[in-house]
Amino acid sequence: MNIPEKYVELLPNLILEELKEYGKDLTAAQFKSALETCAREYDESLVAAGESVGVIAAESIGEPGTQMTMNTKHFSGVSELNVTMGLPRIIEILDGRKTIGTPLMEIYLKKPHNKGENIRELALQIKETKLGSLVEEYNLDMAELSIECLLDEKAMKERGLKISQVVAAIKKSMKKAKVEKGDDFTMTVTLDPKDNSLHDLYRVREKLKIAYVHGLKGVKEVQPLRREDEYIIITAGTNLKEVMKIDFVDTTRTTSNDIYEVQAILGIEAARQMIIDEVMKVMDNQGLNVDPRHIMLVADTMTLNAQVKGITRYGVVSQKQSTLAKASFETPIKHIFNAAMKGSEDMLTSVVENVMINQPVPAGTGLPGLVTDVRK
Amino acid sequence: MSEAENYVYKKIKSIDFGVFSPKMIKDMAVAKIVTPELYDKEGYPVDGGLMDVRLGVIDPGLVCKTDGLRLKDTLGHFGYIELARPLIHLKFATQILNILRSTCRECGHGLMPKKDAEGRIDELRELRAKGLDSQYDSLVKVTILKMRATAKKGCPYCKAKQQVVKIEKPSTYVEDDKRLTPIEIRTRLERLPDDHCELFGLNYQAVRPEWMVLTLLLIPPVTMRPSITLETGERSEDDLTHKLGDIVRINQRLFENINAGAPEIIIEDLWDLLQYHVTTFIDNNVAQLPPARHRSGQPLKTLTERIKSKEGRIRNNLAGKRTNFSARTAISPDARININEVGVPEVIAQKLTVPERVTEWNMEYLKNFVNNGPDKYPGANYIERPDGKKKRITSETKEAALEELQPGYVVERHLLDGDVAIFNRQPSLHRMSMMCHKVRVLPYKTFRINPTVNNPYNADFDGDEMNLHIPQTEEARAEAEILMQVQTQMISPRYGSSVIGCIQDAVSGNYVLSKYLKVTKQEAIDILYSIDIEDIKITKEIVDGKEILSHIFPSDFSFKGMSKNKEEIVITNGKFEKGVLDSENLGGGGDGLLLRRIHKIYGDDIAMEILYKLFRLGCEILTRFGFTSCISHLDLPQEARDEVAAIIKNSEEQAEAFIKKYEEGSLELVPGRDLKSTLELRILETLNKARNEAGNVVTAHSKMDSDTMIMAVSGAKGKLINFTQMGACVGQQALRGERINAGYRDRTLSTFKHGELSPKSRGFIRAGYRQGLSPEEFYFQAMVGRDSLMDTALRTPKSGYLYRRLANAMQDLKVEYDGTVRDASSKIVQFKYGEDCIDVSRSEKGFVNVKRIVREVQE
Repeated sequence: MNIPEKYVELLPNLILEELKEYGKDLTAAQFKSALETCAREYDESLVAAGESVGVIAAESIGEPGTQMTMNTKHFSGVSELNVTMGLPRIIEILDGRKTIGTPLMEIYLKKPHNKGENIRELALQIKETKLGSLVEEYNLDMAELSIECLLDEKAMKERGLKISQVVAAIKKSMKKAKVEKGDDFTMTVTLDPKDNSLHDLYRVREKLKIAYVHGLKGVKEVQPLRREDEYIIITAGTNLKEVMKIDFVDTTRTTSNDIYEVQAILGIEAARQMIIDEVMKVMDNQGLNVDPRHIMLVADTMTLNAQVKGITRYGVVSQKQSTLAKASFETPIKHIFNAAMKGSEDMLTSVVENVMINQPVPAGTGLPGLVTDVRK
Repeated sequence: MSEAENYVYKKIKSIDFGVFSPKMIKDMAVAKIVTPELYDKEGYPVDGGLMDVRLGVIDPGLVCKTDGLRLKDTLGHFGYIELARPLIHLKFATQILNILRSTCRECGHGLMPKKDAEGRIDELRELRAKGLDSQYDSLVKVTILKMRATAKKGCPYCKAKQQVVKIEKPSTYVEDDKRLTPIEIRTRLERLPDDHCELFGLNYQAVRPEWMVLTLLLIPPVTMRPSITLETGERSEDDLTHKLGDIVRINQRLFENINAGAPEIIIEDLWDLLQYHVTTFIDNNVAQLPPARHRSGQPLKTLTERIKSKEGRIRNNLAGKRTNFSARTAISPDARININEVGVPEVIAQKLTVPERVTEWNMEYLKNFVNNGPDKYPGANYIERPDGKKKRITSETKEAALEELQPGYVVERHLLDGDVAIFNRQPSLHRMSMMCHKVRVLPYKTFRINPTVNNPYNADFDGDEMNLHIPQTEEARAEAEILMQVQTQMISPRYGSSVIGCIQDAVSGNYVLSKYLKVTKQEAIDILYSIDIEDIKITKEIVDGKEILSHIFPSDFSFKGMSKNKEEIVITNGKFEKGVLDSENLGGGGDGLLLRRIHKIYGDDIAMEILYKLFRLGCEILTRFGFTSCISHLDLPQEARDEVAAIIKNSEEQAEAFIKKYEEGSLELVPGRDLKSTLELRILETLNKARNEAGNVVTAHSKMDSDTMIMAVSGAKGKLINFTQMGACVGQQALRGERINAGYRDRTLSTFKHGELSPKSRGFIRAGYRQGLSPEEFYFQAMVGRDSLMDTALRTPKSGYLYRRLANAMQDLKVEYDGTVRDASSKIVQFKYGEDCIDVSRSEKGFVNVKRIVREVQE
């Protein structure tokens, strides 16, 4: 059914689309009347000018905060992985923390791969493999100052690794030692006797255990998972940049839960969307009912300057223009002295300053002024 | 004098910040303070002392010499001290260091070649003019570092070689192992040219760097540091006065010593001491200095401490203020006052007043109050003359007041029924924590509220106290009535559905009524009449509960919805046709949209009236027909008990089997988990399944129409799980998502074997509460209980802080007339609020309900 131009401009897309969908079987007259009712109800539910939407958003997130659990670890749908949930996660996101409690990626796969046939192998390709997990046995030759590593054939095969690849990788991380390929599944690392002692041999063995061989750095754990009718991979530890380069990964849906990583790789809009999604996820998980509009507003304030800023005295609050508003939050003395040195002027445009000097606040009913001339 | 002339027609437009220059200090000060003495023998303030009457007065009877006003009227005035030697102002210490390091020690220019400096200054000025504060700050930082780096190469202006300046905290500067005195520092700062101030982020119009070194000290007015007189007649001075006394004393000593030509060492010691006193006068919490203390050892509260923190001036007195015309007492429920009413005790109604202006037409009415006086309700406490003089009404002054009263006077009369009040319960977490109620004066001493509003206030009656405020102006009353009344707050702005709804008895009452009840005509009429419904259309002899309910809804109201257990509810043209009412549609916060629909169609007032009637109806039903919860409702027949026992035994055996497999090592791993946690997972699954099965048995064998069960099913109170826990099996106690494994080494309690993993040793409670718990079970439960208490105690301050930060960061965001959301500096945060401009509290759960509209059109 066609929608007149007038309404296309007037009504938000969602309403129009829903109307198209639910109103398929309506007669033309009925459709018109439905459209009019929608327009009327939409008009009735518009925000009033001057509404303090910021405070409402803060209340809507702050009030249920008291009902959230503190339990840091919670099983999120998958019982296999631990994820920070509840209040700590909300605080973490809104603080804009650089390092988060449980970094995690959800990797979606491209068409043939997401059917789950070789999902385990794909997952293992992503996982960061250290030599320690491939070696069955270390044989230390003290006379020669060399270590013979007996590689685990099964583990190698699982990851699709060849011995030469392992040797090449170890060569990279052990620049000073001589790395050689031995018979079938062995590899020998020999130290230069001139500047190494026996003690160093043990040190090198420990170093070998954590030497990087294969996969994406930072991805500590991988877990294939069935979601609806496809298979995805959940990882503990993130490396979004590298994951995006892998050819079987569906880059359009793959995400990380680290805001800064998302900001760096996908941009500020993605970071904003991620803040919204992550906060909503926690709210839903806790069974709390919060309208996304409030969270959107918070995310918009956090990303206003094209850079993720936390809701802290160093982040969003420090961006404020008004000295008194900053002073009323934290470290008042610092702000007042800085203002004095700059010779700042507080234009009293925000709420607290006007509360401080007993004047009506410029919001809500304080917004309109009388047209009458104020007596001089 | 006409009243209008008393008003100040001025508005503060902006506030400037800056630093006082010595000249400004001298200009604004009214007295030079020269003696540490406070009072003479008669107790009169000494001239030139810290309590000088020119600085304002704090004693009744004295007159301020500067403005001729008395105590409470005089604002107080500043004085000053001339310091014998200049001193560093502590709060500028880092800034001074920056300047010393990055300016030439000879010519005073900023260490940046002329051309670069000019460019940079223009750049900085531009940033400042644009208001790009954070960019300005970071550019200043870069500039200072750059200049400091050039210091090694010598001054680009006079080629003088530079020395390294170090700071010995808090305020001593050392250049090349030689100490820089504040005098030298001041002369260097004086040499910095005006435009080069800009390089350091200083606005030379507001501050010259040399002003950061004090030569005169401003003395705050006496009114800012009043002394208190103890019962013994002794005076106890304010902390600031103490500190200032020290400063003046040492300053005088320093003067004397300098004049007497004392040795340099003595002068320097005194100088340092004076620096210490001035520093602690400004901030008594400097890391490197011992705080100045009272004789009792308690640290003095000086300027910084007065301003800072929650108890400081800004957060305690400026951003938050105390109010008059308020009251606080315990709350208790009253189902028979309306939802937007509050019961106010008579004693409180006599103390709180409403000002009412006398006119020709209400003269007699107001005279009645005056005649009753302050002690007889309804009376009046004060009358106010047109010139603003207030007179208290007492039995003696009553006659005179009655005589005097004429149009233009204001009578402060006692609260009456229907007056506007703002009611609040802390913590005030959302806007529904402060709502406007209409006063209803009642006997006894508690505030009475209708239990439907417990939900938004998050109140209960176990001793909660609430606050009541009486708005004093017409504007305030109008705003409160229009914007804050309970009925206007029915829809939560958090999720767009009702926050106010029936609770407890009202829910179960309506549930019983809509599901089971059939009453006689007489009874039905009685019930309806008791809830003030007079238009009764009952003809049949036996009346269905649904028919009674039909009387509550407006005759044109149609609704289709779902009940809690997904039964359809149909109301057509005010007739309740099908379904049951339960907490889903009656309560607040539910998914049901019954209340939301009523509110949407009929508006605030009618929605509240209907809710109130529903509430009373529910309570009425229970009072009439009785409703009792008793332990026998939990009785299970023998076969059910056997069944439960079998389920538990079976699950325990399964768990044992897992443990056995685990010990043998044949347990199959869950991906991503080790052996131990696989076992835990499996056991947890098994036991939870057992508890659920036990629950099913309980539900299958319980009488669904027992009163206790009705409570759970209707959603009035309790869940089915509580039923299971009482009747059959409490189940596994989880401590942080795991089975309990804390306690002794390898075991939880000493009654168990080492390494025992069985359900019972890890917090599985097989008994039901009615049956009674074994000591170990009881102990496990106490552990979990304690853990959850801890969780609550830790969470409250954390979430409180998060909330404070959010509120502070976002308080300025508002919707502008053009539909954009902007902050205080008019920066656009959103082009359209929430991307569609919908106000959640005016929507149905955040949306326009297109589905419903389409359905309505079809009908």
